[in-house]
Amino acid sequence: MADTNGGLIQGKTGPWEMVIGLEVHAQVIGESKLFSGAATAFGAAPNSQVSLVDAAMPGMLPVLNGHSVAQAVKTGLALNAKINLTSVFERKNYFYPDLPQGYQISQYLQPIVGEGTIELDLPDGSTKEVGIERLHMEQDAGKSLHDQHPTMTYIDLNRSGITLMEIVSKPDMGSAEEAAAYIAKLRSILRYLGTCDGNMEEGSLRCDVNLSMRRPGAALGTRTETKNVNSIRFVKLAIEYEARRQVQVLEDGGKVVQETRLFDADKGVTRAMRSKEEAHDYRYFPDPDLLPLVLDPDWVEDIRRGLPELPDARKARLVDDFALSPYDAGVLVAERETADFYEAVAKGRDAKLAANWLTGEVFGALNRSGMALAEAPVDAKKLGGLIDLIADGTISGRIAKEVFEAMWESGKPAAAIVADQGLEQISDTGAIEAIVAQVIADSPGQAEQFKSGNEKILGWFVGQVMKASQGKANPGLVNRILRDKLS
Amino acid sequence: MAVDRATVARIAKLARIRVPERDLDALAGELSNILSWIEQLSELDTEGVAPMTSVVAVELPRRADAVTDGGYPDKVIANAPEAVHGFFAVPKVIE
Repeated sequence: MADTNGGLIQGKTGPWEMVIGLEVHAQVIGESKLFSGAATAFGAAPNSQVSLVDAAMPGMLPVLNGHSVAQAVKTGLALNAKINLTSVFERKNYFYPDLPQGYQISQYLQPIVGEGTIELDLPDGSTKEVGIERLHMEQDAGKSLHDQHPTMTYIDLNRSGITLMEIVSKPDMGSAEEAAAYIAKLRSILRYLGTCDGNMEEGSLRCDVNLSMRRPGAALGTRTETKNVNSIRFVKLAIEYEARRQVQVLEDGGKVVQETRLFDADKGVTRAMRSKEEAHDYRYFPDPDLLPLVLDPDWVEDIRRGLPELPDARKARLVDDFALSPYDAGVLVAERETADFYEAVAKGRDAKLAANWLTGEVFGALNRSGMALAEAPVDAKKLGGLIDLIADGTISGRIAKEVFEAMWESGKPAAAIVADQGLEQISDTGAIEAIVAQVIADSPGQAEQFKSGNEKILGWFVGQVMKASQGKANPGLVNRILRDKLS
Repeated sequence: MAVDRATVARIAKLARIRVPERDLDALAGELSNILSWIEQLSELDTEGVAPMTSVVAVELPRRADAVTDGGYPDKVIANAPEAVHGFFAVPKVIE
């Protein structure tokens, strides 16, 4: 791994390199659970979406949800991964109050999806390929609420049995930025596919961080696993804290203990989980209630043919079709809705101008109002209308910003606002010549300076003319006419 | 394959079964007997034979993704030793 960009930590005894692998748990979008017909909607009353299978009542049998299988295959294909036509559900045994079965049905030795790859878009505009180790299906656990009562923990099993995809990366990342880019890209792909909504706040996407430190290029060190880090920002903070902690341990002559840790978001630190002190022995074995899952290769091919255009392909197309920079294209394709909006605006218009207006004014207004793009009062058609008015010279770029704000306030189309408020750009040569003549007559000293070779004073004249025209004069014409009249 | 005292104590702990010290030796003997009896199977040459997962040739059934169950929280918590506001309530477990 030669690329250590940003990931090197300078210790007292020399540089250290981070080695990061991520395990992401993604909740699958679907109506019902992996092995039961109970609903999956978020926020329902406690234990109201629980079947007797999910509650692990004796004698209940799991029946596999075919849609969950299709979602996992779809995700595997989008990660350029090998689909295993035979996979096996196993029981992972451990005790916890939110796991009524006493085991989680998961996949272990034979997961449904094998090795794949994902391409990260890094902040400097470069890309990096990271390996996917595997993807397997498993049941989610219930939810524990620890803060409702001083001595009790409350358990809600609504989440128990919802389909999760556990997506495991190879230890290919070397910095917190790369880890953040990995999650952002994976989330984007899942959302394009419609296999996971990527909502980290609601816990539909959760991340465990595996991290070890080594001297650049040396053999792998001992790793720790930090559990359930639930935002991209926390992933970065957890990595930075944990890397420094490990360097300190190593430089003080100690050894990193292979252990499970928790990220404490309030304090910004990781700490060892007490309950996991004893090495877990999950005693996996094939679930006797479930036969091996065998997929028909034609069915897998049907899913492959039905894949939507994914972020990487769309980015390449935007670069080709609209001559955007890879960076701009990357920003626009991260969310499918943004890319749809952009393409609707850019089609048949100045593509760079469309990108600037979307990422500048529209994103800015969305941030200020806390709205999502879908709720924006200025939709793609209206933004297109505004850009048309700039392109045909009806309004200047400066006036356009005012018009945009009025559009955001009122939801009216640009042409109506321009007409109502008389904001049309003055492109009438005669009218501009009159203003120019007036400004020059009022400022003989500055006119003299221009004639004696002070080119910079021209900018001052442009400003005066624009001011006199309330910003409506066509700046190109103003420049030309000023030069004519001054020399 | 012989199982010793320490292994019995460990698997009992993992299974959350309380086994008194005095029973460990006897259990180690019993479990070792069971394992060696099953171990006779390894005398067979199974080279190239796929593991049998079912005595009849059936495929793992898959159901349609539809809500057909749930909606009875009272039944779900009916056997809970303690329940509050529709939740199971258990002694505090916290990290």
